[in-house]
Amino acid sequence: MSVSPIDGFAAGLTTETRDAVYKSTKTTHEKRTKLLFDHFPDANRLREIAGEIKQHVIENLDTYLPEVEKKLRANGVQVHWAPTAEAANQAVLDIMRKRNATKIVKAKTMVSEETELTHFLEKNGVECLETDLGEFIVQIDHDHPSHIVRPIIHKSRRQVAESFEKNGLGKYNDDPNVITQRARVFLRQKYLEADVGLTGANFVVAESGRLVLVTNEGNSRFCLAATRCHIAMVGIEKILPRDRDLALLLNLLARSATAQQLTVYTEFIKGPRKPTQPDGPDEMHVIFVDNGRIDVLASDCRDILRCIRCGACLNVCPVYRQASGHAYRSVYPGPVGAVLSPLLAKEKFPELADLPKASSLCGACQEVCPVNIPIPDLLLRLRNKNKQEHGPSSGTPPMGAWSILASQPFAWKNALALGGTVNYVPRALMPAPLRKWQDVRTLPPWRGGEFRKWLKNRPTSTKAQS
Amino acid sequence: MSDARTDMLGRVNKALAILPERAKLPDWDAELAIARKLVEERDALEVFAERIKLVNGLAMTDIAELATYLKKGGWLSGYCDPALVPLLAPKLGPEFNLSTEFDRTRVDDFAFGITRAAGGIAETGTIILNDTLTSRRLGALTPWVHIAVLPRKLIHRTLTDAVHALGDDPNVIWCTGPSKTADIEGILIEGVHGPGAQIALVIE
Repeated sequence: MSVSPIDGFAAGLTTETRDAVYKSTKTTHEKRTKLLFDHFPDANRLREIAGEIKQHVIENLDTYLPEVEKKLRANGVQVHWAPTAEAANQAVLDIMRKRNATKIVKAKTMVSEETELTHFLEKNGVECLETDLGEFIVQIDHDHPSHIVRPIIHKSRRQVAESFEKNGLGKYNDDPNVITQRARVFLRQKYLEADVGLTGANFVVAESGRLVLVTNEGNSRFCLAATRCHIAMVGIEKILPRDRDLALLLNLLARSATAQQLTVYTEFIKGPRKPTQPDGPDEMHVIFVDNGRIDVLASDCRDILRCIRCGACLNVCPVYRQASGHAYRSVYPGPVGAVLSPLLAKEKFPELADLPKASSLCGACQEVCPVNIPIPDLLLRLRNKNKQEHGPSSGTPPMGAWSILASQPFAWKNALALGGTVNYVPRALMPAPLRKWQDVRTLPPWRGGEFRKWLKNRPTSTKAQS
Repeated sequence: MSDARTDMLGRVNKALAILPERAKLPDWDAELAIARKLVEERDALEVFAERIKLVNGLAMTDIAELATYLKKGGWLSGYCDPALVPLLAPKLGPEFNLSTEFDRTRVDDFAFGITRAAGGIAETGTIILNDTLTSRRLGALTPWVHIAVLPRKLIHRTLTDAVHALGDDPNVIWCTGPSKTADIEGILIEGVHGPGAQIALVIE
């Protein structure tokens, strides 16, 4: 039996990283639960309703997308449509070229991670800077985020201090306060020099055309105060029907993501700045991105499109806690990633087909999900999809011999009797896969046939009663 | 561009055509999303002051108290919305330099920024800013200390009330405490890109 890629990654983690990931996910999860249930007597009802709202949205995207487009246009926003990652990136570049812009500052957006926007813009001569502290560190390190909400959960302050020194951001100092102040000084000049600010959107409300952004650092606020053009890259599933639904979703999002009652900054953007306001963009664009989402919508795993990217399922997942985010080899780690990543990978599905198997189906992910996504069910559907389309993959033991034994009583009885010899085979003589399996497990002594013996010899009075 | 639109909407239609029925939009009781025990039967200002403290912000009702706080921090020069100067300048005193012009080429020369708030939220300790009342987005964002002058009657009791009052302003910002991060080893640091100190000066 070969080692699964996730096990491989987990085994390769340093103790320091594993402890850091484990502790901080556990703490956030516990605080999240306390805050949610302290404040709302019927907290699970909030999750269920939020789930129903989002499920309604994705099953009615055919009407919501044109509706929200109309509202955005009425608010003075230019709307673009991008079927692929390439089209989305190209749309950003085209807007910049039209303005002769060469510098862009970026707030954290998962969809731009999907499209690898930063890399694309840099290749095309644009200075593109991540402004979320974690994402900025990922960028200067040429690394990848390992958590949806906490991109550098896998890094220690010493590693960050080293990167800052290497990148000319001051002499080595691993005090997080000093690191943060240095980033503050460096980045504020970059905001003020940039012509374009790019954000994602946590929600887009159909009835008002309002974009909602949440951050703690205030970087997206800075992007929208210092620049003259705002581009928002938005996955098509981000819609909410009504403004009033925000009250529910905002209460759930901050508690689920970072165990806060509300994130520090919640921005409600309804078009370019007011003419009387001296600061901020006078031009605004929204790019609606597909990049595989419509295929997911057509599949029996469409429920995953409810996801609001809070990361709560990562924090509670026993697999994520041991393996950390890079083990998922994709933009979205954790339980949500185990569903979404293979689907978004399209023809590369087989490369990520092990992800849905990296779960004990314990159900904790659904239990914490603010939109109540049945992640365990979706994982099972994907396991099935993989089997139907690609046959058994490596890592799955062949079951053919077992099914012959199990369907023939005579063969089964003999196998049980002979199985006992396993207790006397030295480990060194066992077949390689079994030996490997025992690297991290102890094989229990063989006790096959005990039940049959008991059944045969049970007291006759019991027999009479039954 | 319109081709991409037609293509995407066409595929969305096709993807949804297979559904025998569509999930209905649930109606839900606004009460569900209110942390009632935080706000019940108390004065909104009292709750607001308590909640803003929990997120490391400050609520003050006295301009002299603000003056003392700023002096203690050594923050004597900053930006001030011109409309607020008549109210604040006499009471803050002569050692303060209130600039009514904001110069984006020297943002770090402004130790504090004073602008008007469009509202507050008691339930969460939030200050609401918008384009109509905030004289300069940068003036409220780049200085280390931001002071939002908040008329007491504009404090909403709940987050839900504030959602209902969003209105037509193109840039409504809810600020709940100072700018913060816990990106590095989960350690809380304040003042990342925005203010490291967030103050509500509540006036009658």
